[in-house]
Amino acid sequence: MTQAPRDIEVLIDLMAKLPGLGPRSARRAVLHLVKKRGALLSPMADAMQTVAATARECVECGNIGTADTCAICSDPKRANGEICVVEDVADLWAMERAQVFQGRYHVLGGTLSALDAVGPDELRIPKLMSRIASDGISEVILALNATIDGQTTVHYIADQLENSGVRMTSLAQGVPIGGELDYLDDGTISAALKARKSL
Amino acid sequence: MPDLSVQSLTLSHFRSHKVLRLKVDARPVAIFGENGAGKTNILEALSLLSPGRGLRRATAEEIMRRPEQLGWKVHANLNSLGQSETIDTWAEPGHTRQVRINEKSATQVTLGRIVRVLWLVPSMDRLWIEGAEGRRRFLDRMTLSFEPGHADATLTYEKAMRERNRLLKDQVRDPHWYRALEQKMAETGAIIQQNRQAAIDALGQAQEQSETLFPAATLSLQHANDLPILTDSAELLAALSDNRPRDLAAGRTLVGPHRVDLNAIYATKNIAAKECSTGEQKALLVSLILANGRALIQSFGAAPLLLLDEVAAHLDDNRRAALYNEICALGGQAWMTGTEKRLFETLDDRAQYIKISDQGGESTMEMLQ
Repeated sequence: MTQAPRDIEVLIDLMAKLPGLGPRSARRAVLHLVKKRGALLSPMADAMQTVAATARECVECGNIGTADTCAICSDPKRANGEICVVEDVADLWAMERAQVFQGRYHVLGGTLSALDAVGPDELRIPKLMSRIASDGISEVILALNATIDGQTTVHYIADQLENSGVRMTSLAQGVPIGGELDYLDDGTISAALKARKSL
Repeated sequence: MPDLSVQSLTLSHFRSHKVLRLKVDARPVAIFGENGAGKTNILEALSLLSPGRGLRRATAEEIMRRPEQLGWKVHANLNSLGQSETIDTWAEPGHTRQVRINEKSATQVTLGRIVRVLWLVPSMDRLWIEGAEGRRRFLDRMTLSFEPGHADATLTYEKAMRERNRLLKDQVRDPHWYRALEQKMAETGAIIQQNRQAAIDALGQAQEQSETLFPAATLSLQHANDLPILTDSAELLAALSDNRPRDLAAGRTLVGPHRVDLNAIYATKNIAAKECSTGEQKALLVSLILANGRALIQSFGAAPLLLLDEVAAHLDDNRRAALYNEICALGGQAWMTGTEKRLFETLDDRAQYIKISDQGGESTMEMLQ
């Protein structure tokens, strides 16, 4: 089988390590980039170099930014006493896209998993506790995924804050906007019914 | 016509079957052929129409036909509660099992809405004399047939327990982490116990309501070390918390539904199942499977698919004939295997017959009239 030149093969191998891309889709993407190297590959390489040089984790919340403290943590208007705990930076960005939450975030960087040797110290949980104690936090919103590990982490944090006087909430679970009941699984319908609200 | 029956079955690269296409009616199906011809493989394929790893508890990888290793597929058309349903389940190399129902992606648990499957395989002949794990699995299988959500509760409980056991083994002392896991174990553990008790009650009723040549078994649950069986999540949570020091010393969780055993008493003789003869033990198992089938008619609305591998073994002529009469009276579609056709002769035209042979490492099939 004829292979691409070695440099391009290296690029394909690197691209195939990205989430959502396999060897074939990586090959297609690289071929597309090479064909459009003036319009796409060179600007992308420049952008990647810049991001590699400037991107860093916010020392406060774990968000990705270009300064030691991210734009959200630096903004005094976001210090409204609410902190939203998420698993990953992608979840933070998803929340920000919705433009409804006006408080600050805390990115755990995963969920508790004894089997994978991921404990509280690996998850920035001690940092969360110190922020809650020192930042005048009145409400902690636990926006973690509804997986077993996610829910174990919710219980863990809630247990630690039980006597702190801080209000603890979690995201509602149920019918998505635009969703039809007929297409929902039993667990979602059950959760939606339990969390029903008065009109 | 039974309210649940397979109408056609296609296997592709499934163990010894390169391609198998079967069209059957709703009557019981008797499959016969020499040892190793591929009879049980057909039952295993049918067992994958229910959630889990099937009657051999095999991984998706193990089911692949060798040497091709291209992956495998099972396609079935069924009549279920008056509806025509299509189920596809398959696995590609290196991937887990997938399910499609009526050409739409579905979870394995969803299969329980359409099909209920019960099986009896030769490895279960020693069920009453071997360790508690096999009996627990047997009980959970029966429970699952009544309550498909039992699988979710069991998976969540086991995952949380494995996490807790790792903490215990590593001598982690963080009480918050333990409480978080114990809460999940208590919630799901209570559901598991309630489901199991409900299944035992339903089986007891089904045995009482029908007199057969098969002995009735009185079933009960027993926790290891005679600890109480807790069906209340708050009590189970307290027990897990209280037992933490002992669990830390043992390096594993010592209380909970995973430590519960199924006891059976041969009712008329009042002796424990493990004390019975080999034939009596088999008869008790058959009796429970039939009772489970009868109870499912009430709760699900149809008798389940019965997969009875080498069912004639350890049964005398009378009991074998009685079993066939019971199966026909139950009205469900039973799939049975045996080495010779004469083992099914008392079924006569109440059943349909399939001969399976091995030809150079590939199973071939012949439908007999």
